[in-house]
Amino acid sequence: MDWSALSVSLRLAGFTCLMLIPIAIWLGRALAYARFRGKGLCEALIALPLVLPPTVLGFYLLLSFGRDAPVGSFWAEITGSGLNFTFSGILIASLIANLPFAVQPIQRAFEHVPHNLREAAWCSGLSPWQTLLRIELPLVWPGIMSAAALTFAHTLGEFGVILMVGGAIDGETRTLAIAIYDRVQAFDEQGAAQMSALLLLVSFITLGLVYGLSGRRRWARG
Amino acid sequence: MGCLGAGGGRVVDSLMGLAPGRASGLGVAVNQTGPIPLDAKFTCQPGELLALVGPSGSGKTTLLRTIAGLYRPQSGQVVCAGDVWFDAERKHSLSPQNRQVGIVFQDYALFPHLTALENIQLPLRHLPQPQRRDQAEHWLAKVRLQGLGKRYPNALSGGQQQRVALARALARDPKVLLLDEPFSAVDQVTRRRLQRELALLRQQIEIPIVLVTHDLEEATALADQICVLHNGVSLQQAAPETLFRRPASPLIARLLDRHNLFEGVVVDVKGQLRLQWGETHLEVAEGLINLSQGETVAWYLPPSDIVLHRRDRPSYGERENPLAATVEELVVLGGITSVSLRVNHGDMLRFDIATHAARRNQLTRGAVVNVSLLAKGIHLLPGHQVRADAHDKRK
Repeated sequence: MDWSALSVSLRLAGFTCLMLIPIAIWLGRALAYARFRGKGLCEALIALPLVLPPTVLGFYLLLSFGRDAPVGSFWAEITGSGLNFTFSGILIASLIANLPFAVQPIQRAFEHVPHNLREAAWCSGLSPWQTLLRIELPLVWPGIMSAAALTFAHTLGEFGVILMVGGAIDGETRTLAIAIYDRVQAFDEQGAAQMSALLLLVSFITLGLVYGLSGRRRWARG
Repeated sequence: MGCLGAGGGRVVDSLMGLAPGRASGLGVAVNQTGPIPLDAKFTCQPGELLALVGPSGSGKTTLLRTIAGLYRPQSGQVVCAGDVWFDAERKHSLSPQNRQVGIVFQDYALFPHLTALENIQLPLRHLPQPQRRDQAEHWLAKVRLQGLGKRYPNALSGGQQQRVALARALARDPKVLLLDEPFSAVDQVTRRRLQRELALLRQQIEIPIVLVTHDLEEATALADQICVLHNGVSLQQAAPETLFRRPASPLIARLLDRHNLFEGVVVDVKGQLRLQWGETHLEVAEGLINLSQGETVAWYLPPSDIVLHRRDRPSYGERENPLAATVEELVVLGGITSVSLRVNHGDMLRFDIATHAARRNQLTRGAVVNVSLLAKGIHLLPGHQVRADAHDKRK
């Protein structure tokens, strides 16, 4: 069992969720409410990682993370280190690859909040922030939970993008999914089997927990 | 109050002027060309219920949203309780949070994840928690929902949801109460009961109430004042009785589902001005004197001022403008029968009588009956034309 790979995988999935969910709430809400020219283009851009082969996405990220590319050089300027083959690099790659998994459920949830509920909240004296916290977020909570579950599970399983951007550096960028591949390459079938079973279990528990929790809302029944 | 026509310009002062010494009322004047064309002006005094009526798309809801601060027209003013809430010219607009309005939305817009009590508590957040609860309970009792505070909206009936919405609107201690078709989503029986309760509740609150409705009966039953809207333009604001007897134009009469719109010519009969309608010379109580002979003028007669002569004995007003007409159509609607009479020259008179009275007078299709058109009811509409396609003539 490659414990350091498990640790990298869990850290990557955890940080991706923590950082992506607030961004997705903001983006999903904006896309759900706003009517502007080019909205379809924005949505297409966000959905792109769904259909793009991970290696293609990984290839472009690899290019843009290079020290001579704008993103890579900017990062090097503020942190002093590169992005390729680092944990920071695969984290950023993971944020981008998971964008549609996080944004779409949240956007759908916001689209289902009737517009006049917000207006009723304003007319009840709630500021826009209070309206978000007390009315909108409780109502879109199931969407946020499925976004988190999808993002977490998808990050655990991500292979192509991580391999392209991060390689397989032990304790830094080698995730469980990559470790399994390495084990198979080394004809260590038992090691691969153990890790596969673990990944299966973790994914199943995460999804089960989230779907179980989001179904327990008394007011939504009937 | 007369015809409220093209508004716009600076009207805050005139709005305040409409309520001398009682600056606590509501005054609204808005004007814009698009995207929703609006040209409306109306006022509502504290304790008064103003109904905004008009067909769908006439801008009723937009005006309500303007009062609440949920919609900002290009130009206009909203004043309430002596405060200027909106003044486009000075680029001044209070947010909905700062306007202190109570609003009941058409679909109630209850927060589905909060119980009835929590819904009512939401506007009370300025109070400490125990007091908040007491207040919410108080309002719950006021709308007769004691004991249902712990229910979520989806476990309440339509009528109960409407009451929670009303309690939530009133809990804010609003300066104006806005009701957007609050009775349209419930069944007839519930609607009657809720209307009755609103009429009772009204007596306890001294704020302007604005009701948006397309139901004329509802407006007549509940409102002190009715403002008629058409394509975003406020045509006339008046008490229901005045409005139904003295609509300011044929269009208003038609929007109010009034029939009996005709055209006549002013003539001199033996030194007295009369209105010639077909072969009949009608005596008119007021207004003829201002018109010149030979002028064609539109006129309207409220159905209540058409008197059907009884066959067996004289009727009240029998000698006033008597004429013979043929029964063209009889429509029995329960206790009421709608009667259409064709007068010799082709125009149709329409009025309702009790079904038993129709039977007693042996009204049948094709029968010739005598009616009187009461002189004081004849309402002249100089300067207006009865459109050629008026449905009175088609039928």
